[in-house]
Amino acid sequence: MEKRFMKGNEAIAEAAVMAGCRYFYGYPITPQNEIPEYFSWRLPEVGGIFIQAESEIGAINMCYGTSGSGARVMTSSSGPGLSLKAEGISYMAGANLPVVIVNIMRAGPGLGSIQPSQSDYLQATKGGGHGDYNCLVYAPTGVQSAVDLVQLAFDKADEYRMPAIILGDGVIGQMMEPVVIQEKKPIKVDKSWATVGWKDKNRPRAVINSLSLVPSELEEWNLNLQAKYKKIKESEVLYETYNMEDSDILVVAYGSTSRTIRSAIDENELKGHKIGLFTPISLWPYPEKELKEATKGKKCVLVVEMSAGQMLQDVKLAVGDTAPVHFYGRMGGIIPTAEEIFAQILKLGEVL
Amino acid sequence: MNIKMIFAGYGGQGALLSGQLISYAAMLEDKHVTWFPSYGPEMRGGAASCSVIISDKRIGSPIIQSADAVIALNQPSFDKFEPFVKPEGVLIYNTSMTDSGLKESRSDVKYLGLPISDMANELGNLRVANMIALGCLNELLKCAKTESIIEALKVRLGEKRADLIELNKVAIEKGGNAAK
Repeated sequence: MEKRFMKGNEAIAEAAVMAGCRYFYGYPITPQNEIPEYFSWRLPEVGGIFIQAESEIGAINMCYGTSGSGARVMTSSSGPGLSLKAEGISYMAGANLPVVIVNIMRAGPGLGSIQPSQSDYLQATKGGGHGDYNCLVYAPTGVQSAVDLVQLAFDKADEYRMPAIILGDGVIGQMMEPVVIQEKKPIKVDKSWATVGWKDKNRPRAVINSLSLVPSELEEWNLNLQAKYKKIKESEVLYETYNMEDSDILVVAYGSTSRTIRSAIDENELKGHKIGLFTPISLWPYPEKELKEATKGKKCVLVVEMSAGQMLQDVKLAVGDTAPVHFYGRMGGIIPTAEEIFAQILKLGEVL
Repeated sequence: MNIKMIFAGYGGQGALLSGQLISYAAMLEDKHVTWFPSYGPEMRGGAASCSVIISDKRIGSPIIQSADAVIALNQPSFDKFEPFVKPEGVLIYNTSMTDSGLKESRSDVKYLGLPISDMANELGNLRVANMIALGCLNELLKCAKTESIIEALKVRLGEKRADLIELNKVAIEKGGNAAK
């Protein structure tokens, strides 16, 4: 297969096109601008439609309409834009509508900065909008990983009829790596729910809606959502491990931070200690059981994030009292270096 | 092989492009490669830069703290990235664009100051300064074959600008000869 050298952002857009996405709506924000830029010329080539919406809110609601007609659709943004999209994402989750949403995280809160960050973890994995809902959340570790996860996200969003979020950061979006992007035929799913006209009067009318004023009916609706989420938690967990054998310190990190840990492991020798790396790929559903299993026999766990400690909460829930959990994080768009993480690990090593 | 390089200069000097070309060339030789640009506020003030890692093995972080080589096409880039060169590493800089009173302040770094912009002007096109610097760096570090860089250029320039390939090739060679 032909290897190309692409930015994460561009590769995300091409991967979507090759997965059958023909509609993209977005509003500019750094560090994800190459995604809409790429779609703006690429989609017309394949008979698709690109719209630079009047706002992020406009973009997510255009997604609602397109998804309601059964077509594959994507939007992308960064932190502040995701906050604006939150209402629409909740509506789509409530109306059982598939969509792929990309968040190339930048440092917050507020307008913050354009530098890489991982501080939208809780927003992505715990809701962000209102109501009892979840989105599938995938965290790529590089450009090829982003391509594979975008294409998976379209299939899973269709299969489960729900929003899927690609949670990248400025490093993943801006870096270039060799990548192979293949055509990925959409999985076959029943889309008889799509509102594409009612010529065939033999079937019930298709209605896309998240309003339900009868409490018992709305509870029933919610129970169905929860049953779906339970099934996903049991079957859709993704993670990677590195250097696990005989390791006594387990580092947990996702996205670009996991790459930095890999460098810290590869480029340093910690006398008397061996470091393993656990990288969650699906952040929701979180690989709880798998992480707990991985911490067995370890002396301690170190969570590293570009945040104040957001995934840390999920790690603590998963690990319980199996091993003590420590944390190291940087904020404000500062990317922790392999050297400084190694220093943290060394400190832990001294304590053990 | 595990080579870490930083390319820096004013926006428009082609530092980011030359980083992409050597990356692409290494990819053609089946190496693992990462390219990461400065895209934030650190670009302001004249040091637009990119970090390139070429390796036989899967690469961890694309961010570089300790570089085998730095190309500084102007004074702000020299100032900013001199501390990033690892001991025994190389700092190639453009004396056409740095202060005459510039101090090579580290004793553990190999400095190579060349009038890169003037050399480009000698070839009739200031815009190939980045390729002179790249040729120089590649002569010292042997990241990829010159043919692979030319292949990368062909992809980048496309058929419409294929006439520029010869000039770029000459620039790479001129840089390479200066490093010998």
